[in-house]
Amino acid sequence: MQSLFEPLTILIAEDSAADRMLLSSIVRRQGHQVLTAANGAEAVEAFRQQQPQLVLMDAMMPVMDGFEAARQIKALAGETLVPIIFLTSLTESEALARCLEAGGDDFLAKPYNQVILGAKIKAMDRLRRLQATVLEQRDQIARHHDYLLNEQRVAKAVFDKIAHSGCLNAPNIRYLQSPYALFNGDLLLAAFTPAGDMHVLLGDFTGHGLPAAVGAMPLAEVFYGMTAKGFGLPETLREMNAKLKRILPVDMFCCATLMCLSFQRRSVEVWNGGMPDGYLHSSASGERTALTARHLPLGVLSPQTFDDRTEVFPMAVGDRVFLLSDGVIDTCDANEQLFGIERLERVFAANRQPEVLFEEIEQALRDFRGEARDDVSMVEVSLLEAAQISPPALVYSDSGQSCPLDWSVSFEFRAATLKRFNPLPFLLQLLLEVHGLRAQSGALYSVLAELYSNALEHGVLGLDSSLKRDASGFARYYQERNARLDQLRDGYVRLHLVVTPEGEGGRLTIRVDDSGKGFDVAQVMDRPLDGVRLSGRGVSLVRQLSRKASWSDDGRSAHVEFYWEALA
Amino acid sequence: MADTHLDRDVLSALQEVMEDEYPTLLDTFIADSEERLLVLRKAEDAAQLMNAAHSFKGSSSNMGAIRLAELCDELEQRARQESLAGIEKLVGEIDGEFAIVRPLYEAERQRSLAE
Repeated sequence: MQSLFEPLTILIAEDSAADRMLLSSIVRRQGHQVLTAANGAEAVEAFRQQQPQLVLMDAMMPVMDGFEAARQIKALAGETLVPIIFLTSLTESEALARCLEAGGDDFLAKPYNQVILGAKIKAMDRLRRLQATVLEQRDQIARHHDYLLNEQRVAKAVFDKIAHSGCLNAPNIRYLQSPYALFNGDLLLAAFTPAGDMHVLLGDFTGHGLPAAVGAMPLAEVFYGMTAKGFGLPETLREMNAKLKRILPVDMFCCATLMCLSFQRRSVEVWNGGMPDGYLHSSASGERTALTARHLPLGVLSPQTFDDRTEVFPMAVGDRVFLLSDGVIDTCDANEQLFGIERLERVFAANRQPEVLFEEIEQALRDFRGEARDDVSMVEVSLLEAAQISPPALVYSDSGQSCPLDWSVSFEFRAATLKRFNPLPFLLQLLLEVHGLRAQSGALYSVLAELYSNALEHGVLGLDSSLKRDASGFARYYQERNARLDQLRDGYVRLHLVVTPEGEGGRLTIRVDDSGKGFDVAQVMDRPLDGVRLSGRGVSLVRQLSRKASWSDDGRSAHVEFYWEALA
Repeated sequence: MADTHLDRDVLSALQEVMEDEYPTLLDTFIADSEERLLVLRKAEDAAQLMNAAHSFKGSSSNMGAIRLAELCDELEQRARQESLAGIEKLVGEIDGEFAIVRPLYEAERQRSLAE
């Protein structure tokens, strides 16, 4: 598609005056501007000063020959294509090859033929324009790419601000993630709950680029906000799902595994929606439990049909949970072979030292893949002794002038509420208005959570905690819990909170009553305060964390107290 | 027998291309050729001889001096092969051929100016 004729500026370098004159006339008659040079040095100088678009170059010239002049002109032109047509009566193939090596693009034999010269100039001009277009488009793509990268940098900076409260740097977490994984839709979040449990989310949005990243912000906000307030996985999941369902287009959703690692209870609670299997790796037996997807991804189902059911697994100190994105399994080698689950399983099977398993997987991926990809996300979270984990102190912004110091409140939560509502975040918010209690918020939350779940599970639902003696019973216990909760028709949990000032400090009394059958208080209290058994951890936890803990009414009524001194 | 020396078709094509500058082109060729002949006579080695013969061959062929171009080509080949025996005789032949075509070009110049 040659548009209107556009005249070119053409440099003619020829030492023979008659030939130069003749060629100039021919070229001018074809409508082009002509520059002339009588030797190679003049030709280079003319090119430097006037940038002609095409050069007709005699090979044999005094001072500087055409070969050297062609090399210098090509070097000066850089990426721009300045076609050079050698004028020659050379016939030896060796000499013709020299012309090409020096950067010549074509030849024109003497005697000159006007028609052929015109055709060659046109052909070279097409080539020149094509090259210019390619360069222009390349630069455009490069500019666009820079622009995109800059946008991603900005978006990532904003995202990092939102995600700054995370605890991915905690000593029990190891992860592998490209800094720009966000733009492949991969998302890894971790945060402590007020009770010192750890919530971890590995998500994978559909799509790539900015569309895949936009959903990450609201998801992260819900995750951090609700985790910090003490909400459990089911409430957090429901909120995430509802929010994504509301804001994302239909073909967009987020595969995710969300888990809660409890250092005090030594268990992990897992919800997997559409992610590849995670693994719970026992350091004692080397056994692996698959954490399989049981749900559709977040953002697919309506709030009414969304299933927030989680699974709970016991863990021992040193056990690890591995979560990975499908980028790990879908990593390709040079022959487009997938890394695949079998290869991953083989790495697990070959492992002898659990503490280097993470590195072994990384190494296996490196050995396997032809090229690095940035949608490979992997996280390992291990269970440490509760004392080895120190959740960051909460930061409060209020002045303390309006701190309530002398009050009491009572709640009764009945069957329909117990089924679907977690009152703990609200109770904790209320109690943390009392400044003196803030320093003990972790213990306070743990004790409240323990008393509440004891009252609900052992009291109202009548579950026997001795079921949790071993790992299979542990799973059965939580299945049974869900089943009984579904069928619950009556029963209650009552909470009484009393805050009273004492000198410069104060005291919080918590009483939790339930409608269950109670338990043999004396027998439970006789047990040593250990932390090893899977069952009955609740009571000993409460006794360790609060100053006074007692049970009355045959175990149906629990009573604990927290004290605080004058604030500094 | 002018036709073994000059290609008349080439000359008319040149006149068409050059238009008013045709006489100047003929002048330039004559002056150019005298210089080349000087170089040929003074050449000190085969390479100089070869380069000069090559250039002269190119412009002669452009100007339609058929026989001159042939002689220059022969000289170029022999200089390339460094078979320099009897080379003065060949240079002399080129001299002689130019002495023949020169008046033909001058006459052509007069003819074109009279048109």
